[in-house]
Amino acid sequence: MWIDRVVELQARERLVAIKHISLAEEHMHEHFAATESRPSLPVMPGSLIVEGVAQSGGILIGHALAFEQKIVLAKVTRVDLNHDATAGDTLRYTITMDQFGPQGASTKGVVELIEAWTGKTRTIGQIDLMFSVLENNMAGIAFPAGNFVFGEAFKTLMRNSGVVVPGDSAPS
Amino acid sequence: MTREDIFAKIKEILADAMGVDETDVTPEATLRGDLGAESIDFLDIVFRLEQAFGIKIQQGELFPDSLAQDPDFVQDGKVTARGVAAIKEKLPHVDLSRFEQDPQVTKIGDIFTVEALVRFVQNKLATKAG
Repeated sequence: MWIDRVVELQARERLVAIKHISLAEEHMHEHFAATESRPSLPVMPGSLIVEGVAQSGGILIGHALAFEQKIVLAKVTRVDLNHDATAGDTLRYTITMDQFGPQGASTKGVVELIEAWTGKTRTIGQIDLMFSVLENNMAGIAFPAGNFVFGEAFKTLMRNSGVVVPGDSAPS
Repeated sequence: MTREDIFAKIKEILADAMGVDETDVTPEATLRGDLGAESIDFLDIVFRLEQAFGIKIQQGELFPDSLAQDPDFVQDGKVTARGVAAIKEKLPHVDLSRFEQDPQVTKIGDIFTVEALVRFVQNKLATKAG
């Protein structure tokens, strides 16, 4: 998963998630590894920030449909990232539902960087996405019946975040 | 809103949605063939038209749903006369005169031109005003 926790969820409207960046993540050592001419430069890859925003948006839309349908990222409409994030930083993704219909949805996402050691927060970008509801996709393509999108990794994240997961028994 | 105003707005919408140059968005341009629209772009266009013109577009109203999967409407890779009639009835904004000469289902994307979008919005705004 490329988010650690959902910290706020307003059904059909808005979701806020956070991602802590750690040097324990292997990709940080490769992106970018040291070369003969410069030391290593560990930076969170922009593509994984997009994925984190997509997972956050997927949960917002999936939740609106009781996680009964398969929601996939279909289009990256806009990505604008203007600052690097590195180990020790926390990223906060605030996703708002822009448009929502039976065939899909569009979301707007704001990416903020929180410096854990100073508490300073700054907006570092915007990521706007489109999602398709596979059951109603406009290309008319058939997909397997099981919900391969909201699998165990998503469910674990949602349980840890206090989001009700379909099929779980109510807390006693 | 005049036809020219609608066309200007649609030009902007298509340029944003598909990353094409506004000069390529001519009335005759086809969304798929000329402007490179993929299936998700059609949904994007629907969403953007709704926002820009303050209209509500029902599923299947602007672009057809699953027409190609209906055996009554498609046989041997061609859209049948019933299929053509169904498109005319459901999608009065599209011009089928060229398509009818060679109604191959693979060419159905070509009926969706920029002009068809302009007509669709014109009709929607007229209904809304009326």
